[in-house]
Amino acid sequence: MSSTRATVSKILTYSIVDGPGNRLVIFLQGCNFLCACCHNPHTIGECNHCGDCIPACHVDALSLVDGRIAYDPLACDHCDACLEVCPISANPMVREYSVAEILEQAREHRPFLTGVTVSGGEPTKQLDFIIELFRAIKSDKELAELSCFIDSNGHLGASAWENVLPVTDGVMLDIKGFDNPTHQALTGMQNVKSMESARFLHAAGKLYELRFLLVPGKTDSDAELDSLIGFVKELGADTRVKLNAFQHHGVKGEALGWEKMTEAGVDRAAERLRAAGIDNVATPAVYL
Amino acid sequence: MQDTIQKLRSIANDATLSPAQKRHYLSLEAENMLPYPTLDTETQEALDQRVICDMYEGHAPYKPRYVLPDYSIVLAQGSEYLELPAPKTLDEAINTLMIAYHHVPSVTGIPVYIGPLDQLLLPFCDDVSDEDLYEKIKLFWRYLDRTLPDAFMHANIGPTDNRVARAILRVDAELKQIAPNLTFLYDPQVSGDEILAIASNNIVECCKPHIANHPVHAAAFDERGYGIVSCYNVLPIAGGASTLTRINLKEVALRSSGEDDFFAHQLPRYLDLNFRLTQSRIDYLFNESNFFHSFLVEERWIEADRFTAMFGVFAMAEAVNALQEKEARAGRYGFDEEANALGHRISAVLAEAVDSRPLNNAWRGRALLHSQAGLSDDVEATPGVRIPYGTEPDPVTHVEALSPHHQYYLSGISEILTVDESVRNNPEAIQQLCKGAFARGFREFTVNVASNDLVRVTGYMVRLSDIRKFNEQQGSRTNTTVLGAEAADVTGILDRKPRVVGNELYPGHSQ
Repeated sequence: MSSTRATVSKILTYSIVDGPGNRLVIFLQGCNFLCACCHNPHTIGECNHCGDCIPACHVDALSLVDGRIAYDPLACDHCDACLEVCPISANPMVREYSVAEILEQAREHRPFLTGVTVSGGEPTKQLDFIIELFRAIKSDKELAELSCFIDSNGHLGASAWENVLPVTDGVMLDIKGFDNPTHQALTGMQNVKSMESARFLHAAGKLYELRFLLVPGKTDSDAELDSLIGFVKELGADTRVKLNAFQHHGVKGEALGWEKMTEAGVDRAAERLRAAGIDNVATPAVYL
Repeated sequence: MQDTIQKLRSIANDATLSPAQKRHYLSLEAENMLPYPTLDTETQEALDQRVICDMYEGHAPYKPRYVLPDYSIVLAQGSEYLELPAPKTLDEAINTLMIAYHHVPSVTGIPVYIGPLDQLLLPFCDDVSDEDLYEKIKLFWRYLDRTLPDAFMHANIGPTDNRVARAILRVDAELKQIAPNLTFLYDPQVSGDEILAIASNNIVECCKPHIANHPVHAAAFDERGYGIVSCYNVLPIAGGASTLTRINLKEVALRSSGEDDFFAHQLPRYLDLNFRLTQSRIDYLFNESNFFHSFLVEERWIEADRFTAMFGVFAMAEAVNALQEKEARAGRYGFDEEANALGHRISAVLAEAVDSRPLNNAWRGRALLHSQAGLSDDVEATPGVRIPYGTEPDPVTHVEALSPHHQYYLSGISEILTVDESVRNNPEAIQQLCKGAFARGFREFTVNVASNDLVRVTGYMVRLSDIRKFNEQQGSRTNTTVLGAEAADVTGILDRKPRVVGNELYPGHSQ
């Protein structure tokens, strides 16, 4: 077994919102987008061991050892005060996991699991780990039937996708906006790679779901929705589209001043897609 | 006597009860004027203190608590007593069942078991189209809910995937009625994923059906089989349960100086007293009540030697937490491994005790252990071995914490797993959780989808919209429709009984 390790923000053994069925979800730390509207912004940055979080910890679970942040999970009471003070949206509570350790968790919960999803952050930033993990799952007798999914922003080139797709069953891909200046303003990056990824994944038969976040006044305009419709039709009108609604849960900073997306607004957008012949549209079951 | 007269008068004149409900409560009062079946002083004391409990079944057990007729007999032979010929068509078969149900007694007077409906009706369906079958089941379902309005009335389907089971699931999801309660018997070797997927979709629609771990249940019974009845009881077909008694484990723990005293003295003592209470009630039913001189026995719908006694326990969570405190340990039931292990040990001791204590006039000469799901007046005592409401961990952790209990509770154990609404976009998750729970040894799988209109309280269903409707009307309309007295905590706010209730929760008329 190789020694590749991943920086993990969190692992869930029960998730019903990260792909089909109940899934083991591994949230990998670090993202190449900087979305103001991110609902788990503490997964964006990668710790630079500045130590600013140490005084914020009221149970002394954080310290500097040899110039690096040391985290004591037994002392931690998960108050998340360290996340609040981190100047770079990182997480001092991350843990490193080997592929073997993740496999152990999958085995322990095997009967409850439909599959495994890597999410983030942007998981493809740790692509080597994903490839090794999925390969190990596919070649493990007990785990081989688990479906392997990636939840991605699509900021990855085709050749890199080609490396991971043979061991990947599906990708849930976010397009944050079709108008490029809007996309740039929302994420700090251009959307070209994301759209290319969607086309590539669809052609490879691995695009499980195209996700689109509706932010009032930013991505819910008729023009944006028509671009979405055009793009989905280009891929194939049967593509599963998941409309997500911008909410304040988990959000930090300026985006808390943005309006929340209403259920009625989402329904209107879904109707527009369906009227255009896109049938497979999912909308949120819960508005937080 | 003056008190009694006053009580009877208050029932007779109650503004919220229907005449039928009044008759029921009046009959309970009359029964309870009789002296209790003979109990020794010690047992009587424990009963008076409610450390042990008879579920307020009444002073003169003249009928078993639960009766599970073998309905295949009346469908094959008709009934001489009821002057019914053997049915030949689906209409006749359903009609025969509709008549039969009115002759099946129970603790509440409403049948708790209406049979393995798909297995019973399939032989009559050869010449019936799917659409006709659906229409007939729909009328049947409406009839059941309107004439036998009790959430404890329970239908079974499965383990095969068949036309009748599918029609029932279709109708049940469409009508979203409280009654009948419904269990799908799932056998991974027989049922297939397709009908499990339909059942999962139904759970998303209306929190029904329960899913039973068929191979595990079947192994605990004999070739005549078992039925799932009432609020999650598992009993022999062609028999049932003479009585259900229960121990309040919390009260036993509070009477113990610590863990050692609990296991060495207090628990054995109250186990013994509860056995005495149980035997005394069985003796009355078998030796004095003349219940078994009935056409049900003569025509072999039931057999006297197939009636077990349900030996119930509840408030495991509070008992474990009390013992943890006495032992100065911080871990809480449901979350801490040590606390959970203490609970599992208690269950093992209970099972061993039930298995080794002979009872007269009980199926196989023994009682069957039961994780009892509560009465409306249980205060700070969590049903069965469940984790207290509102504090449950996620469904996977929940199952892991409780699954070791399930091997012990042969006559029924149920947990309610709450899943949030996101599952509407992903019913496959329910299937997976069910498979996981069964792989861990769960005997039964029940999910409440948060925010569904039809939701489960302890094990029976209520409609949230009924409650909302009432709240909106409060102050503008009172005493218009007479629906009843009180239901569980949730419906307790109603001041009147919904049309469809769980009568078992209300053993008597309350002021």
